[in-house]
Amino acid sequence: MAEEIDEIVGEFVVECREILDELDTELVSLEQHPDPDLLARIFRATHTIKGTSGFLGFATLEAVTHVGENLLSKLRDGELVVRPEIVSALLAMFDAVREIIDRVEQSGAEGDVTYPDLIATLVALDQGELLDEMVTTGSTTEGDQVVEPVVTIESEPAQVVEPVETTGSEVSVGSASSAGESIRVDVELLDDLMNLVGELVLARNQILQFTAGQNDSTFTATSQRLNLITTELQEGVMRTRMQPIENVWNKFPRVVRDLTLAIGKQAELVMEGKHTELDKTLLEAIKDPLTHLVRNAVDHGLEAPADRVAAGKPEVGTVRLRAYHEGGQVIIEISDDGRGIDPAAIRRKAVQKGVVTADEANHRSDRDVVNYIFLPGFSTAEQVTNISGRGVGMDVVRTNIEAIGGSVDVQSEVGVGTTFKVKIPLTLAIIPALVVTCDGDRYAIPQVSLQELVRIDGDDPQASIERVNGVPVYRLRGRLLPIVFLSEVFRQSVTLTDSINIVVVRADDREFGLVVDEINDTAEIVVKPLGRILKQVGAFAGATIMGDGRVALILDVLGIAEQIGMANVARQLSDGATAGPATGAGEARRLLMLRVGDRRLALPLDTVARLEEFGPGSVELAGGHQVVQYRGEILNLVFVADELGVTSTRTADQPLQTVVYTEHRGDQPGRSVGVVVDDIFDIVEEVVDVQRETAVHGTLGSAVIQGQVTDVLDVAGLLRSVFPALFELEAA
Amino acid sequence: MSSSQHPAGDDPRYCTFLLGDLFLGVPVTRVQEVIRAQERTRVPLVSGVVHGLINLRGEIVTTVDLRHRLELAERPADVEPINVVVRHDDGVVSLLADEIGDVFEVTDEDFEPLPPTVHGVVREFVRGIYKVGPRLLLILDVERLLDLSSVVSAELEGVVA
Repeated sequence: MAEEIDEIVGEFVVECREILDELDTELVSLEQHPDPDLLARIFRATHTIKGTSGFLGFATLEAVTHVGENLLSKLRDGELVVRPEIVSALLAMFDAVREIIDRVEQSGAEGDVTYPDLIATLVALDQGELLDEMVTTGSTTEGDQVVEPVVTIESEPAQVVEPVETTGSEVSVGSASSAGESIRVDVELLDDLMNLVGELVLARNQILQFTAGQNDSTFTATSQRLNLITTELQEGVMRTRMQPIENVWNKFPRVVRDLTLAIGKQAELVMEGKHTELDKTLLEAIKDPLTHLVRNAVDHGLEAPADRVAAGKPEVGTVRLRAYHEGGQVIIEISDDGRGIDPAAIRRKAVQKGVVTADEANHRSDRDVVNYIFLPGFSTAEQVTNISGRGVGMDVVRTNIEAIGGSVDVQSEVGVGTTFKVKIPLTLAIIPALVVTCDGDRYAIPQVSLQELVRIDGDDPQASIERVNGVPVYRLRGRLLPIVFLSEVFRQSVTLTDSINIVVVRADDREFGLVVDEINDTAEIVVKPLGRILKQVGAFAGATIMGDGRVALILDVLGIAEQIGMANVARQLSDGATAGPATGAGEARRLLMLRVGDRRLALPLDTVARLEEFGPGSVELAGGHQVVQYRGEILNLVFVADELGVTSTRTADQPLQTVVYTEHRGDQPGRSVGVVVDDIFDIVEEVVDVQRETAVHGTLGSAVIQGQVTDVLDVAGLLRSVFPALFELEAA
Repeated sequence: MSSSQHPAGDDPRYCTFLLGDLFLGVPVTRVQEVIRAQERTRVPLVSGVVHGLINLRGEIVTTVDLRHRLELAERPADVEPINVVVRHDDGVVSLLADEIGDVFEVTDEDFEPLPPTVHGVVREFVRGIYKVGPRLLLILDVERLLDLSSVVSAELEGVVA
């Protein structure tokens, strides 16, 4: 019997929490749009809590919700109008309900707090008395503040189609009643299931490896079937753990409302992609960092209304939350249109606080410098407020995000605004990884940090690794890539091989090449934690069990970068050498051979970042130029045929053969542009003698390449004439 | 027979094993299992402290070679080590020993503290001695044995230098 009651109380706690989460958002939106339906829903929800608490004998809870219900019924019947102090009081009431619920969950009883002040406030408001001094926040002058969650439905292909929401903040309470369609499951059970699936994946991998050496066709077929089912099961179980990010975002309208009221700013909160899903554990983990970033955007990012008007901006600032999936990751952007972060101020402060040396600060780009705010011991607030300056610095935000395999980055423009970009993996449990060998041991490198694989063959591959100030580097498409020998990091014997395998990885926005003995294969791995002893090492993110049952360590790319002091390496590079390719006379150059119409064109390979094919449908127009979306950015396209006045042989339905050209400034890659040609047909290495006198618009001149006259394309010049604004901006 | 006076607490039984000339024991309540040598994966950077990682039915277990820890000579090639898997507040850890012994039940009367003349590593890791028949059973202090943080940092220091 007692157990049954416990169960009922437990369910009540869960149900209340769900209702409360929705109520915060609904109340805030009620403040802006007094909608009778919304009001009725809030009233019903309150009534539900009151009714059940009376039934279960929670007297305080019943008393608190009772007065709240009375107030709400007056609002519903139009006897009172929604005012900020009423909303504040109701929010305070729901906070009290939350507190009581927490106590009930912990001890099974309500505790001794009876909230007499709160009840008095609610009663007074109910009786139409204006009791400004009893409501702590809010005054009527600020009543017209707009804190409006707006939902933009995005095209997210993987999403279950949801009814289009018209008023944005509507979260239907009714959906919880569709009991036949969904059931409530303990998270612990899901965690167990996930672990079991992880084990199953490992067992499957082992069986597949074993199968490879077998001839029995029945056995092979069965294990293939097992393989398919396991994959589907894995996806299914993973889906059960996915939750929309709105579960966390729901709290933010309230956070922003309370904060703006407290500090006298005005803010509109815009949310895009709130149905983007990610693993529940990750969702929990990003809650605090995200809250901090949102508070920060309001508190430090946005200016006071008067300053905004003076700067020619709308009085009401905008804080924009955006979530979307990209390349197996979830990207969350928190941007504001506030004052931005001044790199000069950051430089000053960083040096003053001794976080970096003056020399280092001056050598870094503005973008790098802005990211100093994530360094420990750095707080940018001119004055520490009790809002954001509560000891939880940006370094903690970064640490928390990195703890779950994510990253955070900030971009800011003075006077325009600041954007924080948080990238997190979809799930933690099972990740794709690359398996490599070093000194006979296998290691897994998570796919997230992988950029590309490079293999150097030839007579003397060691010679292609050059040294700058003693630091090994490799010329990768004209850029100098710092090289790290994994065996050196691990203090193992270095084996000289016929070829060099470089795994290009990215950590902390810096690329480097990890030289390994062998690149084996990709695999789905289940991350298993390491004991405390090995966490100390820092170079390993965990371990996993391979197909043959042996253990392999998972490399922590960031940890390795830190261990070898990548920051130092990068700095040495920028100090010591120019990254430009050697262009001495008579030296062979590698050229990419292109065709446009009937013209043969050549382009120095070291200016080429990538070769891509874009579907004809992916071309869009922006600012009068044709562009495509490329790796999360907008890539301007230059149609060589048009520029050179040649008739293109490409038909409208053919894909665009595109050379992605990247400008270099020192060791920093600059802006990229897509150069569209008809055909990319070869790469040659020849000594080229360019006849400058034949140069026409868009070419450097012509040369004899492969025995035929070929124009050498002048992409830089071409771009300057096509996008003058773009390059002027950069020059400035 | 049982008493809370001696190191084992309420259970007077010890799982014993040999390590070179030493006859060692850990409380049987701490031991999860004893298994034969497993294929291990080396852990670079701390290979002096951590013997390797083994796959124990899907769980990844760190192994610590007792010969290393007690600063004994390397194990002869013809001795195949055994894993004494012990529970630790950080999960399970495997102690690598030479040969497994019996489980002995001891009495308080047989207990002796370590003679003051014993120094060095043994003093650090042995909690006391039981006289078991003609032999001396050295009781290991598992907590101290597995407190590797300082050793690991020392080894990592070498990397940075």
